[in-house]
Amino acid sequence: MMKQFLSASFTGLMLLFGTPLMAQDGPLRIEITEGVIEPLPFAAPTFVAETAGADQLARELVEVITADLQGSGLFRGISPDAFISQVTSFDGAVQYADWKAINAQALITGAVSTTGDGQIIVKFRLYDVFAENQLGSGLQFVGSQDGWRRMAHKVADAVYSRITGEGAYFDSRVVYVSETGPKNLRKKRLAVMDYDGANQQFLTDDSSIVLAPRFSPNGDRVLYTSYETGFPKIYVLDIASVQRRGLEEQPGTMSFAPRFAPNGQDVVFSLTQGSNTDIYKLNLGSGTRTQLTNSPFIETAPSYSPDGSKIVFESDRSGTQQLYVMDANGGEPTRISFGQGRYGTPVWSPRGDLVAFTKQNRGRFHIGVMRLDGSEERLLTASFLDEGPTWAPNGRVIMFTRESSGASGSSTLYSVDISGRNLKAVQTGGSDPSWSPLLK
Amino acid sequence: MKLHSKAVLLTAALLLSACSQNPFDRFGGAGGSGSGTNGVSTSALDPSSPAYFSETIGDRVLFEVDQSTLTASAESTLAQQARWLQDNGTYTAIIEGHADEQGTREYNLALGARRASAARDYLVANGVADNRLRTVTYGKERPIEICSSEDCYAKNRRAVTVISAGLGS
Repeated sequence: MMKQFLSASFTGLMLLFGTPLMAQDGPLRIEITEGVIEPLPFAAPTFVAETAGADQLARELVEVITADLQGSGLFRGISPDAFISQVTSFDGAVQYADWKAINAQALITGAVSTTGDGQIIVKFRLYDVFAENQLGSGLQFVGSQDGWRRMAHKVADAVYSRITGEGAYFDSRVVYVSETGPKNLRKKRLAVMDYDGANQQFLTDDSSIVLAPRFSPNGDRVLYTSYETGFPKIYVLDIASVQRRGLEEQPGTMSFAPRFAPNGQDVVFSLTQGSNTDIYKLNLGSGTRTQLTNSPFIETAPSYSPDGSKIVFESDRSGTQQLYVMDANGGEPTRISFGQGRYGTPVWSPRGDLVAFTKQNRGRFHIGVMRLDGSEERLLTASFLDEGPTWAPNGRVIMFTRESSGASGSSTLYSVDISGRNLKAVQTGGSDPSWSPLLK
Repeated sequence: MKLHSKAVLLTAALLLSACSQNPFDRFGGAGGSGSGTNGVSTSALDPSSPAYFSETIGDRVLFEVDQSTLTASAESTLAQQARWLQDNGTYTAIIEGHADEQGTREYNLALGARRASAARDYLVANGVADNRLRTVTYGKERPIEICSSEDCYAKNRRAVTVISAGLGS
């Protein structure tokens, strides 16, 4: 049941013929700013099925591509009912006038064929309708049939990146805690899914409480906390084999809140001894443990900067939870949060420019972002209980846990973009998401 | 009316049996302290039994919001717990620290540890050997009350002393 999730192996990715056009020179461009964005209208006709039996795939690919682009909040798919032209040949001439007439600013065309040995080949081109030219080169993806959703995500990623100039994020996964049952008897198990909620698979059973899984920098492993022994303890799980092992621990202590360093070898986490919780680092190779904070206060939720040189974490040394930055080897931390309320669960953005956090103020919870010097704080959400942000690989979107209130309260994964737009539910019955890097 | 209360009792009994896989009500749920509240008459419990410990002395102490300082009432309960543990030297205990849901997961784990540790330290200061005690934090993972208001939160901010047959059994 718990099979390898990266089953879609891409055996080939190559540029198609065609004249590359420098995307940055093209007029078709969404600049993501703080202002209101009118989603860019695009047309994505059903891909051309070039072999018999590929018709369903041709439809489904376009559905996923459309869902990805629309789901970003930056694009709007035009209903096929409005199309004047039909695309029946991948290499046929584009009838720009027909697409201009329905105000399609971008046109995505594609073709799919299947091979005898269960492979599929997906090709696509992106056109700037009003400039009447192709935007970037055509691309071709070859892979196994059961990885077809990944190919759709790759097409959507290429379109998104070419038009926004931002990094891609659709071809990615999220590891999280799947939750069932009432609050006082909640069952939790680790699960992994595509970023859009498809292809869910469980990684553990529900016999012990599991908390806060975190992907390794290349997505091959997951760190998490489990009560398997009756006490909170950190485990590392290999995604492909679903084999796990407990990290070396100091007898009589409890450990939680682990995260990988960008080098994939060091793990930073909280260790509780008696009443006190400090931050430690463990090297997975050598087993060497280093204490990074040493105070009688609560220090937890550490997260590395993308270059591995610094760690952001929370501490209540000032009297309430606040955010601090310290050198990756410890040392005197600098406080960065000074607004009203309490700040916790900081996570450094993959672009290095922002930290996402959970804020509690006046009985409400918020997900927010700020610069690393604490400036430009921006609250993106507000609810009874929002917590635990994780960054999309391109640093533009955040996923988090929203828990509803009351006896029947439950957890749902939500996403929001860093300008506070496009808030939406991703997966019900889930908490503690961790977004993978972009898949290879 | 009579029928109605019978139905309530039956439901309570079902709930009890549903969470009775753990002999000492692992998470300090309502199961262990039902006597007297559902019209069941209380018979004298054996003072050396874990049931006496959890029901008559009280297995839990409560905390103020975001605090791990023991209240006067908590200290009084813990003093009795310490006496019982001294009188019944074959038992060991795990002290669970819990938090209400108003807080982030990691912080609440650390806060639960502080609470469990505060209870443990008080027991040790009152003569219980520290090798008979261990602490664990559940943070906000195991509330006993599930409403989202102070009535419930107050009961969830707790340290529960869970007795187990340890030394010499």
